[in-house]
Amino acid sequence: MSNPTLVMYDEEFQEVNEVIGRLLKEANAKVIFLVDKNGQLISGVGETERFDTTSLASLTAGNIAATGGLAKLIGEKEFSILFHEGEKDNLHISIVGGRVILVVLFDNRSSLGLVRLRVKKSSEELSAIFEKLMKKSEERERRGSSDFPFAEITDDDIDNLFS
Amino acid sequence: MSFINYASREINCKIVYYGPGLCGKTTNLQFIYQKTAPDAKGKMISLATETERTLFFDFLPLSLGEIRGFKTRFHLYTVPGQVFYDASRKLILKGVDGVVFVADSQEERIDANIESLENLRINLNEQGYDLDKLPYIIQYNKRDLPGTMTVEELRRELNTTNVPEYEACATTGEGVFETLKAVAKLILIDLKKGK
Repeated sequence: MSNPTLVMYDEEFQEVNEVIGRLLKEANAKVIFLVDKNGQLISGVGETERFDTTSLASLTAGNIAATGGLAKLIGEKEFSILFHEGEKDNLHISIVGGRVILVVLFDNRSSLGLVRLRVKKSSEELSAIFEKLMKKSEERERRGSSDFPFAEITDDDIDNLFS
Repeated sequence: MSFINYASREINCKIVYYGPGLCGKTTNLQFIYQKTAPDAKGKMISLATETERTLFFDFLPLSLGEIRGFKTRFHLYTVPGQVFYDASRKLILKGVDGVVFVADSQEERIDANIESLENLRINLNEQGYDLDKLPYIIQYNKRDLPGTMTVEELRRELNTTNVPEYEACATTGEGVFETLKAVAKLILIDLKKGK
C-alpha cells in the first residue's frame, strides 16, 4: 500500500478541533474543514450545518489532486495554497503536513492577508499533531495491537449490513 | 486507504468504478443513487461535460449501517472512461480501497475493455498498488443488448485472475447492487485482516 490507513483517535481529534476552533476565531472565518487528501472529511468547525460537508470534502480533494497534477506538469512538487474568490465568500485551501487539506471559508469580515497569516501558524500545530498521529498508528501496528475495531468482526456482521 | 475515526466512530472506504468509455460506470452510480433510501445517501456529484460524458469524476457517498458500533461509509467514485482523460483517471485512484471494473459486453468493445483494464493496472502501479492485492471484482455490463459476447468469452479475455464476476444491466439495475455488495464485502474482509 502506498499509504497506510489513516486512524484518528479521540485525543488527537480534540487537539485538532482545538487548533481549528482557535483558527476560526482568530481568522474571523465562517467555517473551517480538515479533509484527508483522499476526500474524507476529518473534522469541521463553524457553521458546518449549512454545508454538504461530504461533497465539499470530496470536491476539495479532487481540486487539490487536479492542481497537484498541474503542478507536476510544470515541474513543481505541488501548489500548497489555493485561493478561490467569490462575490461574497472566499475559499482558502492549503496542504498541511503533506497529507491533509485545510479549508477556510471566509467573507468580507476577514481578509486574505489575515487568513494566510493565521493559517500559517495553525498549519504548524496541525502538522505536529498529524505527525504524532502517524507515529502512534505505526507503533500500534508494530506492536500488533488488537484495538482495531474490525479485527473481530464475523462474516455474519458483514452480511447483516446488507440484509 | 480507509479512514478510521475513533472519535466519531466511523470508517470510510473508497470504491472506484473503472472501465472504458460508455461502459456504464455512471449509470451504475445513478441506479444506486435512485434506489437508496434518502437517509443512507448523500448528494451525488457528477463533474461531466455538456453531453453528459464524465469529465473528472462522479461521487456518491453511501452509509451502510453499523458494525460493532462503527458507522461504515462507502464513497463511490467513477473515473472518466475516455482514453484522453488518463491524467484525471490516475488522480481518482488515489487512496482506493476497492475496484469495480465495468466491462462492456458488446463484441465491438472488447479491445476497449482490454485497453482499459491494462490502463487500470498501470495507473494503480504508479500509485503503488497492485490490482491482484486489492479488493477487485468485474461486472459484465449491458447483458441485455444484442451482439454481446458470452460470459465465458469475456472471462477468458478479461478475468484471467479469476476474481468474482457479475452480469449486469445497469440501466435496469440488474446486478448493480450485487456488484456493490460484493466489493464492499471484500473491502470489509480486507479491513478485518487489519491491512
